Amino acid sequence: MKSRALRHVALRRAALSRPQAVPFALRSASSLSQRPNSDFVSFPGALKSAFTTTLKFEAPESYPALPTYRVVDQHGTVVDESFKPDISDEEVIRLYKDMVFISIMDLIMFDAQRQGRLSFYMVSAGEEAVSIGSSSVLDREDVMFCQYREQGVFKERGWTAKEFMGQLFANKRDPGRGRSMPVHYGSKELNIHSISSPLATQLPQASGAAYALKMQRLQDPNVKPRVVAAFFGEGAASEGDFHAALNIAATRSCPVIFICRNNGYAISTPTLDQYRGDGIASRGIGYGIDTIRIDGNDIWAVREATKKAREMALQDGGKPVLIEAMTYRVSHHSTSDDSFAYRARVEVEDWKRRDNPITRLRKWMEAKGIWDETKEKEARDSLRKEILKAFSEAEREKKPPIRAMFEDVYEELTEDLKAQMAELKEMLDKYPEEYEVAEFEGGKDSLKP
Amino acid sequence: MKHRAVHQLRRAIGASTIRLPVRRCYSTHPPNARLNLPVDYATTPLLAHSSQAALSNKELPEDVRNGPTKKMNLFQAINDAMGIALAEDESVVVFGEDVAFGGVFRCTMKLADTHGAERVFNTPLTEQGIMGFGIGLAAEGMRPIAEIQFADYVYPAFDQLVNEAAKFRYRDGACGRSVGGLTVRMPCGGVGHGGLYHSQSPESLFTHIPGLRVIMPRSPAQAKGLLLAAIRSNDPCVFMEPKILYRAAVEQVPTGAYELPLSKAEVLKEGKDVTIISYGQPLYLCQSAIKQAERDLGISVELIDLRTVYPWDKKTVFESVRKTGRVMVVHESMVNAGIGAEVAAAIQEDPDTFLRLEAPVARVAGWSIHNPLIFEKFHLPDVARIYDNIKRVLDY
Repeated sequence: MKSRALRHVALRRAALSRPQAVPFALRSASSLSQRPNSDFVSFPGALKSAFTTTLKFEAPESYPALPTYRVVDQHGTVVDESFKPDISDEEVIRLYKDMVFISIMDLIMFDAQRQGRLSFYMVSAGEEAVSIGSSSVLDREDVMFCQYREQGVFKERGWTAKEFMGQLFANKRDPGRGRSMPVHYGSKELNIHSISSPLATQLPQASGAAYALKMQRLQDPNVKPRVVAAFFGEGAASEGDFHAALNIAATRSCPVIFICRNNGYAISTPTLDQYRGDGIASRGIGYGIDTIRIDGNDIWAVREATKKAREMALQDGGKPVLIEAMTYRVSHHSTSDDSFAYRARVEVEDWKRRDNPITRLRKWMEAKGIWDETKEKEARDSLRKEILKAFSEAEREKKPPIRAMFEDVYEELTEDLKAQMAELKEMLDKYPEEYEVAEFEGGKDSLKP
Repeated sequence: MKHRAVHQLRRAIGASTIRLPVRRCYSTHPPNARLNLPVDYATTPLLAHSSQAALSNKELPEDVRNGPTKKMNLFQAINDAMGIALAEDESVVVFGEDVAFGGVFRCTMKLADTHGAERVFNTPLTEQGIMGFGIGLAAEGMRPIAEIQFADYVYPAFDQLVNEAAKFRYRDGACGRSVGGLTVRMPCGGVGHGGLYHSQSPESLFTHIPGLRVIMPRSPAQAKGLLLAAIRSNDPCVFMEPKILYRAAVEQVPTGAYELPLSKAEVLKEGKDVTIISYGQPLYLCQSAIKQAERDLGISVELIDLRTVYPWDKKTVFESVRKTGRVMVVHESMVNAGIGAEVAAAIQEDPDTFLRLEAPVARVAGWSIHNPLIFEKFHLPDVARIYDNIKRVLDY
């Protein structure tokens, strides 16, 4: 669609004025020619294609759907016989508790939003294994980009109830300084970039960040090899940024793992309205990216696949890998959504009952004899207490200073912003009855120059 | 650019009044024109034609002022700035469509050769990808210089610029991360025959976004200093290059590394009767109009180059307007909600400046249309319109 007309003019003129120039960096593809009687195409755009005399269009349905890798089935039974747990029982229990933590926090916060105690919330029920499983095999210094349904990553990397609540209630402990909606977490310590609402924008950023890690290691071999992991839903994969991200990651050989949570819905839109190909995984191959589809309700499959993907992403100087984790969004899209308006309650209940990442791991642990009903009850009680305690503390905490609204737009406050801050201060002084400032740290005084 | 070729041809022929016996092509001007003559970049006082003139700039650091200069056009000066940035800081990388072989406007010539294909490289043809990729690089501590081949094609990247680059520091809050290392270069402005999609000046779309710095240079030496400042700035910068000047504007450029201040306007010429505020290529048209107006009307006009259009230098502008009492803003992009609207509103909003106004603030800018191929010379501000507006502002 974009016209390249003028570019060619510029090119031609340049070529004319500098006939001997351009000795470097020109891709050799342009010097290829079609050999007489060759069985293979030598057009620069596709070098390994054999000629055929059969007129045949490739139909998607003539290829079987990509298989879904799993280690443990719905009953908690190991089906991949080569599988050996690579972590201690204590570690497994920790991951299990992280998953339970997220699911309990989800219930509490969803209700809290319903009571009007916070403005918004998004649960990740049914998808705890994808975030926690993948996070648990990545290095702590690997860089993460999330979409918003990956609370588990923050939990697995060490966030406490207090830190979650700080962001959710936008109090003075919120690293985002009260500027973003709830669930838009971010942490420098954990190497997770702050979440933004626009979908898929994080994907080309992840490619760029991965290229940065690769360059930093090229420039200093003592730098530890690191990868970037980027999460997104199957709906977000319809955005142009998904296309841009995978293509650029492949052409620039970026060590990035794209992890798609295919949970069947983008708000109300079922996948049937989202795409007609074989899910998201089938696209990876088209970009020249090593790809796998996995059972996202199986934390062991998530771990095995992500572990291997990390290894692959660092091979050959770096390359992207795509993982499509199949799950089901058990919950409503968010607190602003009633999903029974577009799907049957019975469908959701079925999924909750039949297959769920938490019960699947629990069954596996019980079969192994490291978990039982008493431990389950103890764990749930103590996690619930921890969350509720942090909840009530966070609710009482002061909000960030009002001044924070003007800061961080630029590295330093501009003259305009200083003037606007003074103007707001004047308003608050003049109309004290019209504004509630006591809950903000420092009250209106924070606006002093 | 054709402009210049024909102009050179004319100079080669001599100062006689020989008329080319061909039908009028894009670069000719009406035979009896007194105002709308092609800009003579070889003599304009807005360019430093001697080493001495180039080094007299007090904004330059001491060592650069004592150093050598070299004759460069705009694309060479931009190339020079990027070469310096790549050499002095290994976190600088340069990428975009077709930049590896030197760029369609030659701005990245030899950079891949000198600094390696890992640091100067082509991307697939995707503006949103280029911008997102640059943001990711900057978020991990690099200093990416992304090129959008024409400003007309920045819109696919608009979401990344507006919602991501501009807000990155703000939403990261106490975490303290930003994409301040990011600089986005894009050729902009009319070129005589660019039509709808090779002529646009979308700067005011970016000035409406908190978090971005928007810069447009007018000359090679200025482009080098401002681009280096943008690259080293810790805020994301949109650097717009008037492509008609790539080859046309030639001047002596200090060879050392130097920055010119961002968000600081430059008074190019002092005057007492009218202030003209502009940036980029139209400054040359302003200069021509001022020359005629001063000769015809016996007045003196002050000319200010904004350089950074956001956050912009209100102080310098207000001081000038308080002195002259009459003011006009000139730019190529559409008059409505353009830079002129912002500058005019700010002028009338400042009580001290408002009281000094002797006439309404005038805006000379593109009409509220798209840039049409064969009508460009009626669309973009020209010397005659600027001249006429000087008279109108004075006659009020």
